[in-house]
Amino acid sequence: MADEIAKEYDVIVLGTGLTECILSGVLSVKGKKVLHIDRNDHYGGEAASVNLETLYKKYGNYAKGTEPWKQYGRLNDWNIDLVPKFLMSSGELTNILVSTDVTRYLEFKQVAGSYVQQGAGPKATVAKVPSDAAEALKSPLMGIFEKRRMKSFIEWVGQFDPKDPATHKGLNMATCTMKEVYDKFGLEAGTKDFIGHAMALYQTDAYLETPGAAPEAIEHIRLYGNSVARYGKSPYIYPLYGLGELPQGFARLSAIYGGTYMLNTNVDEIVYEGDKAVGIKATMTGVEPEMKFETRAKMILGDPSYFPSKVKVVGHVLRAICILKHPLASTNDSDSAQLIIPQSQVGRKNDIYVAVVSSAHNVCPKGYWIAIVSTIAETSANHHLELAPGIERLGKIEEQFMGPPIPLYEPLEDGTKDNIFISKSYDASSHFESTTDDVRDIYRRLAGEELVVEGLREGIQIEGGEN
Amino acid sequence: MADAGTGPKPSSSVKLVLLGEAAVGKSSLVLRFVNNDFQENKEPTIGAAFLTQKCNLPTRTIKFEIWDTAGQERFASLAPMYYRNAQAALVVYDLTKPTSLIKAKHWVAELQRQASPGIVIALVGNKLDLTNGGSGSEGEDAGGDVENDARKVSTEEAKTYAEEEGLLFFETSAKTGYNVSEVFTAIANAIPETSLKTARGPGAAHAAARTEEQRVNLNGARDPNAKEGCAC
Repeated sequence: MADEIAKEYDVIVLGTGLTECILSGVLSVKGKKVLHIDRNDHYGGEAASVNLETLYKKYGNYAKGTEPWKQYGRLNDWNIDLVPKFLMSSGELTNILVSTDVTRYLEFKQVAGSYVQQGAGPKATVAKVPSDAAEALKSPLMGIFEKRRMKSFIEWVGQFDPKDPATHKGLNMATCTMKEVYDKFGLEAGTKDFIGHAMALYQTDAYLETPGAAPEAIEHIRLYGNSVARYGKSPYIYPLYGLGELPQGFARLSAIYGGTYMLNTNVDEIVYEGDKAVGIKATMTGVEPEMKFETRAKMILGDPSYFPSKVKVVGHVLRAICILKHPLASTNDSDSAQLIIPQSQVGRKNDIYVAVVSSAHNVCPKGYWIAIVSTIAETSANHHLELAPGIERLGKIEEQFMGPPIPLYEPLEDGTKDNIFISKSYDASSHFESTTDDVRDIYRRLAGEELVVEGLREGIQIEGGEN
Repeated sequence: MADAGTGPKPSSSVKLVLLGEAAVGKSSLVLRFVNNDFQENKEPTIGAAFLTQKCNLPTRTIKFEIWDTAGQERFASLAPMYYRNAQAALVVYDLTKPTSLIKAKHWVAELQRQASPGIVIALVGNKLDLTNGGSGSEGEDAGGDVENDARKVSTEEAKTYAEEEGLLFFETSAKTGYNVSEVFTAIANAIPETSLKTARGPGAAHAAARTEEQRVNLNGARDPNAKEGCAC
């Protein structure tokens, strides 16, 4: 079997998270010879979807000798995401999926609704995020005069052209802040909150005071509006059987274009020549006997867990995975929803996200909902209190899984010095836009050019296999 | 997503997965079935991701979506996605290579463990052209001790195993085309009508139709109302 591993590859990829699998797929389509390895026995790494038994064992919250997962129906009906995110239907991941044809392997469904909370505690209002002028006029989130101001703001966003000063309302877009833009329309604090956090999807309020950042914020609001307009209902879509299908789909793309896949394989050593990484020594387990091998590559890319000495911690995510037997309250009994609790509504610096999916997405048996509450840690203890405003929204919880804070890693260097290109951890944001930003960034660093996904498949001869 | 088809006969899509040891002729069988073509010394599969072929039965049309392993089985790295919702599987061995039948049995066990309970599995012994009973003539009693007969797996042995496990069984030659379309026709016939309906057929139950409406086709034309630029 070892003789089936080549002596040299163009790229060795470590870890089968979504970022790594997209890059593997893209590089393989572009003709690079890829070896893709994961130490786990499954695809997805940190971004896998797992069944209930795996989840119980991961969190260890059950008595020894008991098998609590058995009371929750067929094990294979559960596909619980470890990282909760949704796709924006007009977002970059959707573009990549379509232009690589990975959509062939996946089926998507709309997320039924996007909601935002105003206020805190028992008096809080949970309401649908208005996505167009008509919805703004009906929204319980605003009073009658504010609705009109919101309507004119949304209409202006639609006409805004960064290159045409006539559409800039007399503001200097190069220097003004988003706060000044809001103030131009006289929008109230609560309205700014749901625009900035539930539409532009900022996780903190830092964007408000950044000079020159207004066009970006407007672009985010438009992405939201376009994503809603694509299929209606909400801006989000979600793959049947869970997010773990995404890395599998891109891994298949890579394999189809000649990528070699090895799970259950430990990296024993990164081999260097001078400062540059030139290969790996590894062991494939789960076979008798274990298979040790060594191979070379022009570059190595992977997730932070494979390079503990080359990454730094930039924050911690708190996450609680909850199993429910009912939909999220105030969401019109939706089979799925996103609820954003903007930070200032509950006296925090970071938003709290609640992502809900259900049997409609083939991630659990009928009659169950999976709700994942997450935020960025702001304290060093009492983490359950930080998540409490989100947990309170869930009503009766059948089962809750919450571990210690999850560190967020970033690479220390950009990879040009050592030929090692490291991805970032999946952040607390509710969508994949930051993941695809990372994909583009890594691609730029390792290929020295921008990644162009449009027309990726065209012009590439695949029949006959000249490999 | 009404899949009723244009003709008078109902049409349904069926996901069929290929499994078997390397070089037993998985892709060649499919190429023969889809294009009626055969390539001598074909390279290991690259790029043949997803082939489709219709199979016309008297009462309905089955459209096979055929998934190749793309080599991911080599280091035991097939993704669960591969088995997901597969309604049929072709488990191929090389009847001149006994170890390939052992491997085929492993795949059958894997399918029984991972795939949907109702999956139709066909066990196929390929390369019948290398036996002296092969090349399009009756392959039934090619016992095996005649000269130039490369057969190493007897029909009896594989057939008995297939019967025990409830598999369809065929011996084929992708090279001559012998028995190839028969395999696919037999699979098409063996797929229960009920599983076709719940999958993608037009007669889906009310509940299924309701969930169907939220499915999205990312490749489809955009909603004409969705203006590029901004839809606010």
